[in-house]
Amino acid sequence: MSQPHRLQTGGRIDRDRPLRFTFNGRTLQGYAGDTLASALLANGEHLVGRSFKLHRPRGIMGAGAECPNSIVQVGSGNATLPNLRATQTELYDGMEVRSVNCWPSVKFDLSAVNQLFAPLMPAGFYYKTFMWPKSFWHNIYEPRIRKAAGFGKAPDGPDPDRYDKHNAHCDLLVVGAGPAGLAAALEAGRRGARVILCDEQNELGGSLLASRAFLDGEPAMSWVDRVVGELAAMDEVTLLPRTTAFGHYHHGFVSLLERVTDHLGPTSPDERPRQRQWRVRARQVVLATGAIERPLVFSNNDRPGIMPASAVSTYINRYSVTPGTRAVVFTNNDSAYQTALDLADHGVEVAALIDVRPEIEGVLADRVRKEEIDVLPGMAVVDTTGGQRVSGVRVMRLNTRGDSVYGEGRTIECDLVATSGGWNPVIHLHSHPGGGMCYDHDIASFVPDQPVANTLNAGACSGNFSLDGCITEGFSAGATAAAASGFGSDDIEGEAPATARVREAPMRPLWRVPTRRTVTRSPKQFVDVQNDQTSADIFLAAREGYASIEHIKRYTAMGFGTDQGKLGNINGAGIAAEALGEDIAAIGTTTFRPAYTPVTIGALAGRDFGPERFHAVRKTAMHVWHEQQGALFENVGDWKRPWYYPQAGETMRQSLDREVRATRQSLGVLDASTLGKIDVRGPDAAEFLNRVYTNGWKKLEVGRCRYGIMLGEDGMVMDDGVSARLAEDHYHMTTTTGGAARVLAWLEEWLQTEWPELRVYLTSTTDQWAAISLAGPNSRKVVEQICEGIDFSGEAFPFMTWRAGKAAGIPARVFRISFSGELGFEINVPANYGQHVWDAVWEAGQPYGITPYGTETMHILRAEKGFIIAGQDTDGSVNPMDLGMHGLLSKYKDYLGRRSLSRSDAVREDREQFVGLVTVDDPAEIIPEGAQLTDDPNANQAPKPVPLAGYVTSSYYSATLGHSIALAMVKRGRERMDEIVHAPQADGRVIKCRITSPVFYDPKGERQNV
Amino acid sequence: MLYIKCPWCGWRDESEFGYGGEAHIKRPEDPDALSDAEWADYLFMRTNPRGSHRERWVHTAGCRRWFNAIRDTQTYEFKAFYKMGEEPPGGEQ
Ligand SMILES: [Zn+2]
Repeated sequence: MSQPHRLQTGGRIDRDRPLRFTFNGRTLQGYAGDTLASALLANGEHLVGRSFKLHRPRGIMGAGAECPNSIVQVGSGNATLPNLRATQTELYDGMEVRSVNCWPSVKFDLSAVNQLFAPLMPAGFYYKTFMWPKSFWHNIYEPRIRKAAGFGKAPDGPDPDRYDKHNAHCDLLVVGAGPAGLAAALEAGRRGARVILCDEQNELGGSLLASRAFLDGEPAMSWVDRVVGELAAMDEVTLLPRTTAFGHYHHGFVSLLERVTDHLGPTSPDERPRQRQWRVRARQVVLATGAIERPLVFSNNDRPGIMPASAVSTYINRYSVTPGTRAVVFTNNDSAYQTALDLADHGVEVAALIDVRPEIEGVLADRVRKEEIDVLPGMAVVDTTGGQRVSGVRVMRLNTRGDSVYGEGRTIECDLVATSGGWNPVIHLHSHPGGGMCYDHDIASFVPDQPVANTLNAGACSGNFSLDGCITEGFSAGATAAAASGFGSDDIEGEAPATARVREAPMRPLWRVPTRRTVTRSPKQFVDVQNDQTSADIFLAAREGYASIEHIKRYTAMGFGTDQGKLGNINGAGIAAEALGEDIAAIGTTTFRPAYTPVTIGALAGRDFGPERFHAVRKTAMHVWHEQQGALFENVGDWKRPWYYPQAGETMRQSLDREVRATRQSLGVLDASTLGKIDVRGPDAAEFLNRVYTNGWKKLEVGRCRYGIMLGEDGMVMDDGVSARLAEDHYHMTTTTGGAARVLAWLEEWLQTEWPELRVYLTSTTDQWAAISLAGPNSRKVVEQICEGIDFSGEAFPFMTWRAGKAAGIPARVFRISFSGELGFEINVPANYGQHVWDAVWEAGQPYGITPYGTETMHILRAEKGFIIAGQDTDGSVNPMDLGMHGLLSKYKDYLGRRSLSRSDAVREDREQFVGLVTVDDPAEIIPEGAQLTDDPNANQAPKPVPLAGYVTSSYYSATLGHSIALAMVKRGRERMDEIVHAPQADGRVIKCRITSPVFYDPKGERQNV
Repeated sequence: MLYIKCPWCGWRDESEFGYGGEAHIKRPEDPDALSDAEWADYLFMRTNPRGSHRERWVHTAGCRRWFNAIRDTQTYEFKAFYKMGEEPPGGEQ
């Protein structure tokens, strides 16, 4: 298997370790040390995919994170990885690679006919065309666009790999192991500081991995090897290659993605996780993230074979691959001259070096001319030819203002174009936590204006592109950061290696090559090649009134791709400046946000996935018993609560009817353990309850219970529950199941922040008590039988009191309370004895046909009685008067929320009020919960919006009453008893309802008082 | 992910804390003496400055204590942490 474009010697690849891989079914060969991209280029494969919108042929463009094109699908089955960047994918033996976004094949793509219709799909096309009708978007446009334009395909099954998370602290985190980062880590590491040095590449060295520069008279990598060796030997230094810092948050918090085994195969070969997310908290952060070369923008600049010059040099120097046989170099600055030399030195013919600068001088230019390369000053590439590969460039003269091209023009044949439009500092991580930036005219790009707190920018990312400058800045940043962490002084201790300084001539900024006709009538000049976004799109956005770069980005989709516009965004800003007639310094860039490069969801989740691990599940002491009884469960907060207990052959309705009847007629039992419980204790406990509940608590005698509601300071009902006075200074408070944590936090907040003088202690005891709620006319017989030390007669143990005693031999608190309206007792015992006491209750209840019931029957029973459930019948906009709870509002004290109850909105007469509803036409019909109510019976036909009369909050079938019942909030509802309202349904039906009292059953409360 | 110093427990990650909005808003002694507008001002209106902000935090997943902090809303830099009841460093603002 030949690698026709591989050089015989050199590069950081291991020719003794050939690796086989397949690309679209063909078997190819590369070497250890290759990326997938370098291996493809070694085999002459430039064309890797099709563009997103227009399906134009696209080739490998960059050599790292910036490449917008080389998106491939790797692996198969559930281990397949969509949308990998070939330039950042290390080759392994047996790798299976497929192109994405092309059908039926990358070389013959049917959707490429989109190109013919390209004038029909300008920027903003999606917004404008697909606005109306909505159903067209869902049914026709979107599925087709997705099919035609989707990139990779996610696997259907679970990921076979494991992922992990790791938390770490350090004195200094250095991001980027190029010359600046290595110097910073070395300086700080030698002082004993705890240093983490991470770099996204497989080897440390950054730009030096592909450089032919010399340090201390030796190839630069010799210096790198020495520094890395010294760092590796330091106890407090952690080196993390293959690790991308993808998010920089505040106060030195940085998220890293370590690709632990990605380079070894499609899945982890051993016990290691495939990837690991590092969550690093660093005292100081040094960003040494380098710079990315930006291409020049000209017509048809997206053809395979057109690459940034530095990528060409990287493939030659680092991977020993020549990406072409006859090259044209096109530049506006000196750095691409090195690429011309790299090409010429490795036997690639350089047909011409085209420089937009009218005069070219300097050492590099002299060396290029010495190689007899044809240097064309003051010229520009205006267009290219080619199909699946560039075949030539068209060159014209550029005027001195840089706004038009003229002259004869000339065509140069080539299969490789290396372009350089200057360099953009990688300021993404500086920008993530809000770091500002400013325009630097010398480099025609944006640099950090001031470093973020406890963060330093060193090297090319701060706009310093010279090698000696990067190293010096690195040492300086390492010294400053180490000193700030308490290791030595700001003075640099290490010695920078000697390097030859090449004096560079100034660049000539050029955001796009001028076109002969207007930009919209000229062949496409691609700015963001991944999204097929062009300079014409930016001009169109400007013409349509978009003036902010953030708006232009969203209108044109510039930088929306998986590369986030690393190549194109600054060019886009420059072109926007031209289109708007403003200075690029004033235009600025769009906001950089995490993640710097894509992160797998697996790495973000780590081991926190699946129903067991992702969310805590709370089970009561009697949970297993409920399971054995065949209960279905409902999630309430984190709790699993029995919903109902179906028996063989029953429908849900039949189960509920059976549970309701059994409870009303004899005896039902409910696991009430999940109810929130707070132990309130201290000399000022009574005063405290007086302030947080609306009713009075000071006169409640020991041994008695009381229902209370809590309001927010806005006067709206927040939670409710029964609290019991255990002793003069001691209360047992209950809350709703879902509200327990919120109520505890609310009480703590008031105690600590507003009333620190109150001597009150709060303890959550929800988990400590198992609560068994017995309801029904026979409940007393059961508690009498299993309890000791309590007189259960009506006189000795009246409604709304509690007694201490023993239940099944276990110390217990028994509360005579009722949420069903029936005679009821709630036995509370330490949770560990819950099942034991439950068993005793179960056995003693057998003669009475004891029936377990769940939350659904509990809801029906309480609805028959018109008892609210806070959070179901209230929604944060309901005050106690709306609920008819005037009697619970004390007139003799202040309490939280009281003042809000006299605000003009609270006393408004047309507020919605809590009422009952019954259906008129079909008494058994259950109105859907949440149904809107109208006075107009023909609301479905009425002009919109239809005035609303209210809405349904709870709705059930009541077996007790033999018809359906509902609870609702209705405007002026209490004045409207027996009036009719309507519940129009989505299917066109209208349910006719009659307004009633919310108390449907036993309105005098006689049953619970027996 | 902010780094926050609980006055009782020391430096911890933001994920352990809850945010409590602007600090030093005292509940009126006599709510009845307030007009609706004045009560609404206490209930709803907060300063939302660009720059130094005195605010409340609670160490929810730690000691469950409330405390105060001064934070720059632009840079997110914390200038001070102090216990409930203590005067804000730097005096009234
Ligand atoms: Zn704490």
